[in-house]
Amino acid sequence: MTTSAVNVILSKKERFVREPDQRSEDFHHHLFELEAAGELVVQRVSGEVVEVPTKYGIPKRIQKGHLWHHKSCGQCGHIPGYSTSIFWIMRKLGYDYLDPEDQTSCTAWNYYASATSNQAAQAAVAVRNFAAAYQTGYFPLIHCGTSYGHYKEVRSELLHDAALRAQVRKVMEKLGKPLVLPEEIVHYSEWLYAVRDEIAARAVRDVSNIAVTVHPACHYYKLVEGDAIYDPDVYHGQRTAAVSGLVQALGADLRSYSTFFDCCGFGFRHILVQRDFTRSFSTLRKIEVMREEADPDVVLTHDTGCVTALDKSQFAAQAHERNVGVPVMSEAQFAALAMGAHPFKVCQLHWHSTNYRPLLEKMGIDWRQAWAEFEEDAKRLQDGRQQFLTWADVDA
Amino acid sequence: MPTLSADPYLKRDDPTGYAGVDRATKERLINEVFEDPRFPHYLYGCYECGICVAACPSARFYDFSPRRIAQAAARRDVELLFQQMEEDIWECSQCFSCLRCPRGNNPGGIVTIMREVAVREGLASAKEALAGYSRIIYKIMSTGTQVSPDMLQPDAFPDWGPEVKDVSVNLDLWRRMLPPETLHTTTTGWQVADRTLVELYVIWLETGALDMIAQVDKGIHMILAELMEERLEEEGIEV
Repeated sequence: MTTSAVNVILSKKERFVREPDQRSEDFHHHLFELEAAGELVVQRVSGEVVEVPTKYGIPKRIQKGHLWHHKSCGQCGHIPGYSTSIFWIMRKLGYDYLDPEDQTSCTAWNYYASATSNQAAQAAVAVRNFAAAYQTGYFPLIHCGTSYGHYKEVRSELLHDAALRAQVRKVMEKLGKPLVLPEEIVHYSEWLYAVRDEIAARAVRDVSNIAVTVHPACHYYKLVEGDAIYDPDVYHGQRTAAVSGLVQALGADLRSYSTFFDCCGFGFRHILVQRDFTRSFSTLRKIEVMREEADPDVVLTHDTGCVTALDKSQFAAQAHERNVGVPVMSEAQFAALAMGAHPFKVCQLHWHSTNYRPLLEKMGIDWRQAWAEFEEDAKRLQDGRQQFLTWADVDA
Repeated sequence: MPTLSADPYLKRDDPTGYAGVDRATKERLINEVFEDPRFPHYLYGCYECGICVAACPSARFYDFSPRRIAQAAARRDVELLFQQMEEDIWECSQCFSCLRCPRGNNPGGIVTIMREVAVREGLASAKEALAGYSRIIYKIMSTGTQVSPDMLQPDAFPDWGPEVKDVSVNLDLWRRMLPPETLHTTTTGWQVADRTLVELYVIWLETGALDMIAQVDKGIHMILAELMEERLEEEGIEV
């Protein structure tokens, strides 16, 4: 009865030709080969470098200073303390950087939400940003997990597809820019991991009593998974060490929970136009499970969408008396707090939804005093005595 | 031709309520998916283990299955794939948890390609899924950043709590209080240089990305095309 269908399936199994696995390949070989052939320009890692371990054992080199900050739409747009904390930590550690205006979004949030773009456009946007960084001499550091994952997809496609390279090169020629790929695509959480001991050495607040759960961002370690950081000393090398490695270095109480692999429910399209899904998944599969199994004081993550979905989804769930109410922030904000950053002037926690005040109290931070200081600064701006707050004001 | 009762593994020609769409059209659309250069790297066969479904957030709340997507593609089941393009693909969260597949498949990637075809061909599902989304397309394509601070309006995000209103009321002041100078913006995530925007417009026009918008929202396409062409003309750039 089912002979024909079975035959169709069997015929596909008879001679299956598989190309080499691109998930675990060391892309550097292709990259340098194409560079030698004059097909593209590679922006090399330079200066002080930290070598970090990755999923399949291919070492990854993280440049410590002279970095070009590839900002994130969502972080800059509605979680500005996220970006500000990254800059603040870099300043405190004494590494120079460039915060460019010659940068567009990677546009991948829109692409994964709406598909109103195509492979060539996405690759051209990526390469335009890489070329902009290359032209300044600063090495790109990617703030957004989705940008990071998408750029690694783009890199893989460009390395393996000559026709796509030709198409993108043509567009770049029109812009007067070379086809550039960096030697490594580096996420800011990898940089934080690389300098975690320097951060811990500068911590001024004891966080050993703070229970932390970590949500690893899907686009960080699932998309082109090979060069995500895995460290045998963090969860025995069985989960990505990004975020968790820093939490350990800071001495916080890192707690596990069973749904760590689940996504946050962001959904790209869903968070904007179908949030009932996002709210349900974020609260039922993540926050409530964390509460039941780990009872954290804070959830730390390392991507724009994850902070948004996990933080903002809890308000409606609280109205339904669900077991939620855990503050959510990036590990950059948490590390900055541990290093003594101002919770409002630097970490900008007033842009967050879930109540963070009990956490601040547990960390020994007087949030009432801090808010009064913030309002004092605000008054200076409102009175016209000052137009903008500066880094000097923040560090005062 | 075998009938469904004779062979339950074969689909009828019209199993999905799209009898009005002829077979040739469906085949043409599905072939666009198969011919995408990424497709061979997204599908290697299927063990039917269900790991992708277990990892999939959308499978928990929708009638959606990444395994069905992979299996339909592996069997070249045109009817089922067409149905999925009209009914399933917009439920995917694009988180790529399904990359946990032990065979190395990427069902989420197949969905990305199917969505691109659905948009390019103006399928009903694309128009429906992106209804209410046009302002985002306009924002990202015209300004180079996706979500701007001024989008945080209480009426748009009532479920995000009272802080949204606080942000909205204090927006200009609070943005000026951000120490990084590039963040003193309210209509874009950060300050994007004018020349950078021009370069982005060239990319949208040269790669055909702008043309795709016409299929899902003619109005937004018209506004974007006018904006970009005018700006490039000022710069003396021909596309």
